[in-house]
Amino acid sequence: MSKWNLIFDVDLCTGCQNCVLAVKDEYQGNSFAGYAAEMPRHGPNWFAIERRERGEFPVLDVVHRARCCQHCDNPPCGAAAPDGAVKKRDDGIVIIDPQLARGHKQIADACPFGAAHWNEAVALAQHWNFDAHLIDAGWPAPRPVQACPTGALRVVKLEDDEMQRLAAAQGLARTAGGESRGTRVYYRNLARFNRVFVAGTVVGQEGGLEACVANAEVRLIRESETIGTTTSDAFGDFRFDYLQPGNATWRIAVQARGYQMREVEFNREPSCWLGEIRLDPA
Amino acid sequence: MSARFSATLTGLSALMRYCAWRYPAYRAQLAERDLVAQIRLRDADVGRWFELKGGALRSRAGIHPRPDVVMSYETAEIAHRLLTPAINWGRLVEAAKGFQLRAEGPDDLVYRFTQAMIAARRAGWRSGTPVGEGVTRYTNMTNGGPCFVYVKDGKILRTTPIDFDEDDAPPWTIEARGRRFTPPRRTTIGTHGLAWKSLVYSPDRMLYPMRRVDFDPNGERHPENRGKAGYVRISWDEALDLVAAEIRRVKMEHGQGSVLFNHPSHHTWGNIGYWTSGLFRFFNAVGTTRVNHNPDSWEGWYWGAQHHWGNTMRLGLAEPYGTVEDMLKEAELVVFWSSDPEATSGIYGGHEGSVRRQWLKDLGIPTVHIEPYYNHTAAFMRGKWIAPRPGTDAAMALAIAQVWISEDLYDKHFVSERTVGFDRWKKYVLGEDDGVPKTPEWQQAETGVPAREVRALAREWGTKRTYLGAGGMGIGWGGACRGPTGHQWSRAMVCLAAMQGLGRPGVNFGNLQWGTPIDTSFWFPGYGEGGMSGDLVNTALSISLYQRMPQFPSVNTPAQIIPRVTLPEAILEGQTQGWPRDSRSIEGQFLPIRYPAPGHSKVKLFYRYGGSNIGTMPDSKRYVQMYQSKELEFVVNQSIWFEGEAKFADIILPACTNFERWDISEWSNISGFAHHAQLQLNHRVAVMQHRCIEPLGESKADYDIFRELAQKLGLGPYFSEGMSDLDWVQRMFESTDLPKRISWKSFLAKGYYVVPAPVERLRAPVAYRWFNEGRRKDLPEPHPLPSEYKLGYLQGMQTPSGKFEFDCTTLKRYAPDDEERPPILKYVRSRESIASPRAERYPLQLMTPHPKYSFHTTGDGKDSVTNDLEEHRLLIDGHYFWVLRLNPIDAAARGISDRSLVRVYNELGEVLCAARLTHCARPGVVHAYESAARYDPVGEPGHSIDIGGAINLLTPKQPQFARGHAMGNSNCLVEVAPWNGPVPRSSQPDMPDLAPAAQAARVAGVRR
Repeated sequence: MSKWNLIFDVDLCTGCQNCVLAVKDEYQGNSFAGYAAEMPRHGPNWFAIERRERGEFPVLDVVHRARCCQHCDNPPCGAAAPDGAVKKRDDGIVIIDPQLARGHKQIADACPFGAAHWNEAVALAQHWNFDAHLIDAGWPAPRPVQACPTGALRVVKLEDDEMQRLAAAQGLARTAGGESRGTRVYYRNLARFNRVFVAGTVVGQEGGLEACVANAEVRLIRESETIGTTTSDAFGDFRFDYLQPGNATWRIAVQARGYQMREVEFNREPSCWLGEIRLDPA
Repeated sequence: MSARFSATLTGLSALMRYCAWRYPAYRAQLAERDLVAQIRLRDADVGRWFELKGGALRSRAGIHPRPDVVMSYETAEIAHRLLTPAINWGRLVEAAKGFQLRAEGPDDLVYRFTQAMIAARRAGWRSGTPVGEGVTRYTNMTNGGPCFVYVKDGKILRTTPIDFDEDDAPPWTIEARGRRFTPPRRTTIGTHGLAWKSLVYSPDRMLYPMRRVDFDPNGERHPENRGKAGYVRISWDEALDLVAAEIRRVKMEHGQGSVLFNHPSHHTWGNIGYWTSGLFRFFNAVGTTRVNHNPDSWEGWYWGAQHHWGNTMRLGLAEPYGTVEDMLKEAELVVFWSSDPEATSGIYGGHEGSVRRQWLKDLGIPTVHIEPYYNHTAAFMRGKWIAPRPGTDAAMALAIAQVWISEDLYDKHFVSERTVGFDRWKKYVLGEDDGVPKTPEWQQAETGVPAREVRALAREWGTKRTYLGAGGMGIGWGGACRGPTGHQWSRAMVCLAAMQGLGRPGVNFGNLQWGTPIDTSFWFPGYGEGGMSGDLVNTALSISLYQRMPQFPSVNTPAQIIPRVTLPEAILEGQTQGWPRDSRSIEGQFLPIRYPAPGHSKVKLFYRYGGSNIGTMPDSKRYVQMYQSKELEFVVNQSIWFEGEAKFADIILPACTNFERWDISEWSNISGFAHHAQLQLNHRVAVMQHRCIEPLGESKADYDIFRELAQKLGLGPYFSEGMSDLDWVQRMFESTDLPKRISWKSFLAKGYYVVPAPVERLRAPVAYRWFNEGRRKDLPEPHPLPSEYKLGYLQGMQTPSGKFEFDCTTLKRYAPDDEERPPILKYVRSRESIASPRAERYPLQLMTPHPKYSFHTTGDGKDSVTNDLEEHRLLIDGHYFWVLRLNPIDAAARGISDRSLVRVYNELGEVLCAARLTHCARPGVVHAYESAARYDPVGEPGHSIDIGGAINLLTPKQPQFARGHAMGNSNCLVEVAPWNGPVPRSSQPDMPDLAPAAQAARVAGVRR
């Protein structure tokens, strides 16, 4: 049986939030019997875009990630719910039944991803249910995907083993804790969101004036191990990205034609900009 | 002949009777009002009368003794010519202009009878597509793009972008560097476009006409209480009678020019409903003082760049054609300078450009982003960020030019053959005339950008084929051109582009937002063409639409004009002066406007459409003072929502949204000074804007408000030509190229048409290639106007020399001594610079760019879903606060934490905002979008802190330079301090609760 999966590509997201508003548009003022009760006019976004800033002035990366119900194959909300209140459908979609789940706050509390929202007014845990009422009506994709201008969001309906092959081929990852729960939302280029970078700028001299040093060879060394090499660009900028977060003692070794080699040690939590690394003429 | 006339009328009565039998809606329309109408000849007693009584239609040949309405044709021959299908609008309009066709009787009855005749024609029309379960899918158009509108039981269920079906035209493909790029077969929509359901069903919707509770037209008017007192519900009849009486009164009492109207920059979409259409026809018929709208997002280009290269018909922006393909094929570097298309979507462009910028990433073409704030486009492209201090861009540009000159990195052939005045500018750049070489080291003190980075940028730019994406459209517009030194920036952009040989392959203006290879020959009007305005002077109607859709012409007779930025001064001080927006020539901007005009009255009645000025105009507490002046004897506001300055009126007329009226339009088709704005789209899409739902409450289409008000003034038939908005929509459909491709009935049902892309050979040439190669201009734009060519038609630029002018002849002729705007580009420090003495008290530079999530004030406030986007507003203690972004370093120095309330202030005012800490703001720079919809002073309006987010309370009204009317308010000095008190509450009147008991209580408790 093929099942739905949602794929989000960090690189393609402009942070436009169309997906967020499309879901609000679908459920505000509307209820769909057997699928979803009305969404409150304001409150948590069932489909949300998280923004993360990496780095600091003047070297930055701003990235986004979709956050929503992960449609777990082993949904913790289902385990917490009375019989029938949370359905896991054959096509992979999880639905919190708007009638049977009423009064069961533990359903919202059970979600490890913060994607089930307690609606006090109707005493109901609510989530983005993949717009199952539209899928069942023959829509090729749910609202946030249809509204996404760049294709950062897409859906595929595949057998599970096909999906695993696709995930391996395209480097798709699940959110932390997703593997064990069998989440059905996959992320591409997630490293931009949850890894860190170390950047710096190589500065030299030219005719008595400060100058950017291009094509400097830069090595990043942790303890005594070189964990990356790169070259500086026309502005003297270099960046080592997709590092594991956490404090460490790092060393940067910079070598450029016409300059003395320079090593700098630093102890800072990335993502960070190490500032200007000045080289002395050879 | 007269027998044929009689037979035609017999046929008409039969048709009307059949429709009344067949169509319940038509039957209901006939039942609205009893009347007797006579159709007759004037040269003979030949005719037929029609009696409507209790919904029944009786009709007889002959002449009725006491008809309410008489429609008469001069002769049977004329009647025959006009009544024979298909309708020839040109003949009809000619006959009416010559009084050969007359309609006499009370205006409202004339309209009812013409509608009874016309509506028979529409009775069988079906609109929308049924999609099952009682749901109909309609179409509409927003400022963010077209949409499907799903409606059930008279209520909007959802709005979505449009996915094309198999019948729609296929898209274009660009082949570049071994890859093929094709846009998806669908429309995208701007974020604010998806907020519309919540805007339609907003609790701030005004559902009834209202009168300020302490406004008595026959007694005390209490102008000083505008913006303080509440409102009571009144009937449409009372409201329109009052407005009509006041229009008559001030015209007679005070004279020519005493009525003023002003519209916002934008409107809800649609060619018939737009302010360029019905609103212009109505006010031309009334005769008003007009407001000259300065080119507020074009400022630097209009007042600065066009002296170097003309392009006045685009208000100084660059030619936009063919650049997407050229950039993808040829460019090696793209410099985005004050350019954030991911935030502004060009304008009206949905998110159409995003996928094209993704292609640039796919090709690995590097980008540089110059802006004090790390903007959304920089984040998406992941390019190099260079952050000059606001207002210092020209210093950096001069340093780039200095490097190019010193290191021989510019196109000398182009400069010598296609430009003049370079040597004089070169002397300034090199410091030969003032002793200050404009080196990268020199600019560092001004911009805060390391000299080495500017030198590196100059070398990259000077050695690679480089596109310059300037402003939101890439061809200019928005961004730095709106700042206090905006003209310097725009001038710098064009001078740099000229040095690099503008128009050679890979060297041009663009950021992939404009310049797609779409069809520009398929004719469909934009809103700039004036719809049914009849206005041949203030719209582009006369170019094509007037011939294709003949209509009554309309002319405004008072000669009096007020420059927009000093409108409050005009009222408060009784006089003002400015300079016009005139796109015909470079010199048009030199003619001063003086108010009051000789022999004209000062303004006494102000009819305002919309409520955006306090959010969008500089130093906007001036508007509060203006509204509270007794000089304004009467203020009408026609708006959709109860917000901003709508609360400063005497009478409020509630308009409905575009989802509640009929209209027709094309996506992003502005025409006028943004000719071929569809070039920012991947597909041209013409849309039938269905009346998806009935107007909420008693709100009405703008068209109907003006029509009914015109009827009260005896201008009814002149205004409407007897037509409803839907009649005009169909009349406009017939005028376009659409009927060659799709029938009216199919268009009405399906709701949209995708214009096919042209074959590759018919794609527009690349902008400026003709100029670079010394050929005649070969682009599909009729600009400049013929007399503006100096060498010969289509030869050279619009400048006096026909060449690009580094040393501007037009400025030398006008004001060679102007130090603020000299003939060559010079760097003049901004008065909002951190070097200003005021910076001691207000040390931070506030940037106020165009917003990303709302369309100016549309989409903001109104309790809309946009409030739930934390990037837009932040919820603190029950109030959605406007967001101020600042660097953690500046925040720490002031004890400000993330998500806390801060007071943003300077000598002009103070606004309470929610602080977000971000490294995107360079230290010393704070960022808040312009144009909040709300104005919520907590005490006396104009004298107390605002919690609505009207950040323009803090921006300066001073023009960029004295001898021009260039708004320069997109950055200014402020200070920011933590707010430790409780969250204050707005003192603004609430929307009246219109239940009678609550209303009585409100009247009793109103503040005086």
